Amino acid sequence: MTAPRDSATLSTPSTPPARPSPLLIHGLVKRYDDTEVVRGIDLELRAGECFTLLGPNGAGKTTTLRCALGLTAPSAGSIRLCGEPVPERAREARMRVGIVPQMDNLDPDFTCAENLLVYGRYFGLADAEIKARIPELLAFAGLENKRDARIQSLSGGMKRRLTLARALVNRPELLVLDEPTTGLDPQARHLIWDRLKQLIRGGTTVLLTTHFMDEAERLSDHLAILDNGRVLAGGSPREVIAGHIEPQVVEVFGEWSGHETAAGGGAAAWANAHAAALSDRFEISGETAFCYLHDAAPMLAHLATQPGLRYLHRPANLEDVFLKLTGRDLRD
Amino acid sequence: MTPNHWRLPLLSRRFIPVWQRNFLVWRKLALPSVLGNLADPVIYLFGLGFGIGMLVPEVGGVSYISFLAAGMVCYSTMNSATFEVLYSSFSRMHVQRTWDAILNAPVSLDDVVFAELMWAASKALLSGAAILLVISLFGLVDSRYVLWVLPLIFLVGLTFGALGLIVTALAPSYDFFMYYFTLFITPMMLVSGVFFPADQLPPFIRAATTLLPLSHAIELARPLLLGRMPEQTIVHLLVLAGYCSVAFWLALALTRRRLLK
Repeated sequence: MTAPRDSATLSTPSTPPARPSPLLIHGLVKRYDDTEVVRGIDLELRAGECFTLLGPNGAGKTTTLRCALGLTAPSAGSIRLCGEPVPERAREARMRVGIVPQMDNLDPDFTCAENLLVYGRYFGLADAEIKARIPELLAFAGLENKRDARIQSLSGGMKRRLTLARALVNRPELLVLDEPTTGLDPQARHLIWDRLKQLIRGGTTVLLTTHFMDEAERLSDHLAILDNGRVLAGGSPREVIAGHIEPQVVEVFGEWSGHETAAGGGAAAWANAHAAALSDRFEISGETAFCYLHDAAPMLAHLATQPGLRYLHRPANLEDVFLKLTGRDLRD
Repeated sequence: MTPNHWRLPLLSRRFIPVWQRNFLVWRKLALPSVLGNLADPVIYLFGLGFGIGMLVPEVGGVSYISFLAAGMVCYSTMNSATFEVLYSSFSRMHVQRTWDAILNAPVSLDDVVFAELMWAASKALLSGAAILLVISLFGLVDSRYVLWVLPLIFLVGLTFGALGLIVTALAPSYDFFMYYFTLFITPMMLVSGVFFPADQLPPFIRAATTLLPLSHAIELARPLLLGRMPEQTIVHLLVLAGYCSVAFWLALALTRRRLLK
């Protein structure tokens, strides 16, 4: 080989070439009649990361996913899924994607193993290939002993794990999970998290939606908080917390002894009297005052002199950001 | 970018694993399913065939029960396809969410709906063939052209499968299907020549029956089972194929509108 070498490229540290983004969304808009459910969302997933879409009910999470997977056509915007334009080539793109839907839709007429076999066929996989993979998938889901069990006999957690195993039948590059742990008990949730971490370590990119903050904080490299069809904040969990909220929180509740009035003498009355001076910002929600601050020492010193009031001092977390950005009103 | 739900069907071979899925479920319950599908037309055939056959010695030169046999083959085929795309497809689409799971794989809705149609026709073929076997064993058919009835049964299954899929695409719940039976299937069965020759109907009803797919199915099946070639074969086939194609296109458009939002 006599071609001149480009020393600049050769001398760069040997980082592996970045894999292309498994999902790129630009300017996504989805309208139903006159209602805009998604109003201009941009997202970029990095290969191998876990990305979380956080948002209250009706924020547009599921609609964004449906558009990204080519299950519904966007009103505007562009989507590339595994390098393919969507919705035009959504079917080809889905060859390389695994999907765990919000509602269980395992085939009730089949056993666990049959569910995996039948699902693998939808990807055009040969029966022999799928059958060879079934023991591995069942083991991953902790369902080795349930190979020939009917779906009706499985617990909620087992169904979820089988759905996860089903989504892996085609060895996807990108795994999409819509609220994967909703309705599961803590043991089952931890098992799902453990399996997701295992997949991420193995190089699978994971995109999930949730409204559990601990799930997002625990699993994701990056996240986006959605509400009313827009991205309100994005970044790593730490960045989002640092960028949107004071680092410390003091939650104050209980009775404020000696200050009982006709209007009540609880934490709310105390907060209205003192919280503004002692914290950067405070909110009253029901019987609790949430005080956000950079330095908690003066407030803690003050609270120590107020009999009856109880408090909880903790670092700010994602839930505080979420509630700050999306409000405390109920979403039904 | 408004999706055009009325675009033509775009089909791929991916419909095959969806058909296979339905076949695998059916195989688990094959015997009761076949016997169940057979019981109804056989009871009609022998109940009415012998009962009315005592009063009516001959219809068009053959015994009443032989006349009725052809009607029962078409009736059974129609019912089998209709029940499949109404109740069973609706369960898979709406109740069990089986279609949602399939659509998450690289299979399009067009393929799923087409697979349902092909499966309904396959089941109809089984039902029709079973009743054909029964009437053959009882010597109620002339065997000369009897095998031609099998592809005809498949076509009739496709036609009624496609028509039923329209209803399924519109159905809010199982109760809705009652309207389709009472307003369409049952009246059609009564005027299309299943139980008695349609040409003895009043002229305006007779004119209406020529528009109904079941009457064209019977115009083809009856002569074939009695050992004659049907008249105007091409016309009858074209009517059935026309119903099938237009109904499938309409059903698919309505299903896209329902699910791809």
